[in-house]
Amino acid sequence: MTVDMSQFYEVFFEEAAEHLASMESLLLKLDINAPDADELNAIFRAAHSIKGGSGTFGFTDMTGVTHILENLLDKIRKGEIALRQEMIDVFLETGDVLKAQLDVHRSGGASVDEATVASVCDVLAKMTSEESAPAASSAPTRSTAPVGGKTRFHLAFKRVAKAKLENLLRELSENGDLKVQEESGNENLSIMLDTTLSETELLELIQFVVSLKQVVLATGEIDPTEFAREAFGFFAGNPGAPEAPLVAEEDDGFGLFISPAELKSQQEADAGFGLFEDAPGMEQIKQGEAAAAAPSKPTVVAPAKPTAPATANAEGASIRVSVEKVDQLINLVGELVITQAMLAQTTANVDPTLYEVLLNSVAQLERNTRDLQESVMSIRMMPISFVFSRFPRVVRDVATKLGKQVELRTIGEGTELDKGLIEKIADPLTHLVRNSLDHGIEMPETRIAAGKDPKGTLTLRASHQGGNIVIEVSDDGGGLSRERIIAKAKEKGIPVSDSMTDQEVWLLIFAPGFSTAEVVTDVSGRGVGMDVVKRNIEGMGGRVELDSKTGVGTTVTIRLPLTLAILDGMSVAVGDEIFIIPLNYIIESLQPAEQDVKTVASEGRVVNVRGEYLPLMAMHSLFNIKPKTRDPSKGILVIIESDGNKAALLVDGLVGQHQVVIKSLETNFRKVRGISAATIMGDGKVALILDMVALVRMARN
Amino acid sequence: MSETSPSSNSADNDATREFLTFTLGTEEYGIDILKVQEIRGYDAVTHIANTPEFIKGVINLRGVIVPIVDLRIKFNLGTAGYNPFTVVIILNVAGRVIGIVVDGVSDVTILDSAQIKPPPELASTLDTHFIQGLGTKDDRMIILIDIEALLTSPAMELIDA
Amino acid sequence: MAKTILAVDDSASIRQMVAFTLKGAGYEVVEAVDGEDGLNKAKSKPFNLVLTDQNMPKMDGITLIKSLRAIPQYKSTPILVLTTEAGDAMKSQGKAAGATGWLVKPFDPQKLMDVVKKVIG
Repeated sequence: MTVDMSQFYEVFFEEAAEHLASMESLLLKLDINAPDADELNAIFRAAHSIKGGSGTFGFTDMTGVTHILENLLDKIRKGEIALRQEMIDVFLETGDVLKAQLDVHRSGGASVDEATVASVCDVLAKMTSEESAPAASSAPTRSTAPVGGKTRFHLAFKRVAKAKLENLLRELSENGDLKVQEESGNENLSIMLDTTLSETELLELIQFVVSLKQVVLATGEIDPTEFAREAFGFFAGNPGAPEAPLVAEEDDGFGLFISPAELKSQQEADAGFGLFEDAPGMEQIKQGEAAAAAPSKPTVVAPAKPTAPATANAEGASIRVSVEKVDQLINLVGELVITQAMLAQTTANVDPTLYEVLLNSVAQLERNTRDLQESVMSIRMMPISFVFSRFPRVVRDVATKLGKQVELRTIGEGTELDKGLIEKIADPLTHLVRNSLDHGIEMPETRIAAGKDPKGTLTLRASHQGGNIVIEVSDDGGGLSRERIIAKAKEKGIPVSDSMTDQEVWLLIFAPGFSTAEVVTDVSGRGVGMDVVKRNIEGMGGRVELDSKTGVGTTVTIRLPLTLAILDGMSVAVGDEIFIIPLNYIIESLQPAEQDVKTVASEGRVVNVRGEYLPLMAMHSLFNIKPKTRDPSKGILVIIESDGNKAALLVDGLVGQHQVVIKSLETNFRKVRGISAATIMGDGKVALILDMVALVRMARN
Repeated sequence: MSETSPSSNSADNDATREFLTFTLGTEEYGIDILKVQEIRGYDAVTHIANTPEFIKGVINLRGVIVPIVDLRIKFNLGTAGYNPFTVVIILNVAGRVIGIVVDGVSDVTILDSAQIKPPPELASTLDTHFIQGLGTKDDRMIILIDIEALLTSPAMELIDA
Repeated sequence: MAKTILAVDDSASIRQMVAFTLKGAGYEVVEAVDGEDGLNKAKSKPFNLVLTDQNMPKMDGITLIKSLRAIPQYKSTPILVLTTEAGDAMKSQGKAAGATGWLVKPFDPQKLMDVVKKVIG
């Protein structure tokens, strides 16, 4: 039977990535002086699972690394080796190596630097062996090391007639140094042979005397990543074991054990070694494992203690479903919402006394639809801890690099938001965190001088507020300096005035090319970040606010819609058409006085809004529509802002505020300038959603 | 999508093929029936600014945003009036759903290879390489067009270049 | 009637691979994500064979086997441990807990089939 293993790869990749992430977060949480047994077990299990999976699916490079990692982790969790800070560092580094290896398998690309892998493995192995040296000396004396140019083979014979055995031993002893290790019963024997013969030669020799089915052979030179070849066995006498006599077994590496009583007594007699040498398969299994642990080193075989119940990560009764399926469901519910809205609109005009039942049903349908939509949306919702979980590492690394002391606090990790947003918010958030660490929190000595705790605090807080999710990045650092920002802005040619409010000054930070750092560091980059952060967040339909107090700290607040599938919009009318303006770009709407609208060079028009001249764009001319009015003072101006630039959009009138379901225009059509997507209105008609970023750019050119 | 190349349709030898035929002005056209999703009336098109005149706009087809192209305008055939009897053929081409406005749908015509002649070289508004052949049935001449190649061509401006 | 197998492993990929392989061979497979889940599922209906991982959160394989053996219905049901640890200690533990046998990870689908066939046909 052939099974295409590649069909399971994606699941393995996801699983391995999750294990790596949980390993990292557990490592960062670990109290070095008093590590929690459950947490150690969980870390071990994560490494262990990756090892098992990668081995099964043929990603042997990962198997190799996790194996060495697991060895050390196992000793730590058993208390044989004490946990040290540098071990955490190495574990984190190993996690990075594994992540890189995983990425290579997942998406191809350049393979992981061999030297990095080797050095990490080396350090791990050293930590494992150094510390466990005393333990190793008391370990079984079995060694697989080659002796004097010879290869050491382990051989186990089963039910070979005594005469044949003697014959065989004589043959073998002529070809190398033979040591009989175990003689259990008359016809079973296990030996160790140091010989110059190759494996093939040795097998040929043996074949003269006994059937190869009665022999198991292994060398000490098995690739560490290649575990025991398919090995399995049964405990004879235990329930369910097949009753066939063992000599009749056809398979390699398969056998039955003796009685449980015998197992026990032998186990006691000879601690953990040589028990079942008589059983085919045993030798292979042990060899494989010994070789896997360390190619030429005695190995302490870890007795698997029953692990304590896990702390977190309750997979519970969940199922894995492709995002595609979920999105289809969301789409269908979107349709239902529209249909329901159409129905509601149609029935709005009927006589309520005549159609009471109908109207009640429509009302009921509306409630059901809303509930359904909420439940379906919740499928795509993930806790923000998926993003927050990366920050302990970021904070640790960056703070160490900068020589700062920073404590990270996360609040509201359970707050859920759309999976799509989770993916998109990670980068801007990382930038904000780095920025806070770099520019916000002061050096310990500065903090002490200011009478603060030398250890700064960075707080990440997520919460739901209405239909939005609010994420705050705040630090207790030095805060922003109004004077410096204004000076810098002037220097950069950004228009400023001393009468600007603090809020307005802070927002200058988000202007393109602005940076408050005196020195450009490699931590928060060259100051190109904040405007990109703002643009990214606006692209998600969100807003950024910033609040700061000199000497006290800075808080950046991000407001995001709960999902990407729905948008809060203002519908506006132009002629017979309806357009949707995303609400997060709208500052205000107003009807200008005639004298506030001026022309510039007879072409472009500007409007004076409380002393500020904004470019005026008439929707009807942008979109070639016959409007109800061309006169701004008879229509409505919607003041919008994108990328820090404001503009006034002339429309005939405001229609209303809605949540609209976003439909791509590009599924069946193409990109249209000035339009970001489409939606379907309550009457079933298509309305276009305006691309504010593009419109504001058009206004400036 | 099994048929992606424009020529794959005409290459069939003896097999008979089914075409949906429709009229544009006085001419009769045929398109591969397998590309047709449904036929519906013309209504509620949302205009998209700064697009060619033949792109009428987009409609909501059971929640899917579908662009509508008026082939009568594109090929200067017939009169482009719109009323509830104006017909839109919804097509499935190149993984997209696109609607075309025509004067009227005639029927489904079965043609075998003997009834399909190669197109002559001629100058017309319809680039001849979109014509797969000329079908003959009961004195009617049906212009068989490769609708997928036509609609995905840059000249239609339906797809991002 | 198809023989039913309970596959217990905290790794979704391994679970899928095991289930896919065994289902392909005509067995009915029920998956469980850890020992606790496995025990609950085993209690809810009888199985012809139990395949369990050793290292799992909540309840490990050995504990699961012990718990199963304590249930009269599972006194003689074949139970195989899938493990990366084929050490003697693991084995004696497995044996003491009442496991029928073990299968060392990584294994390929063919090997899995061979073992399962051997045990329940």
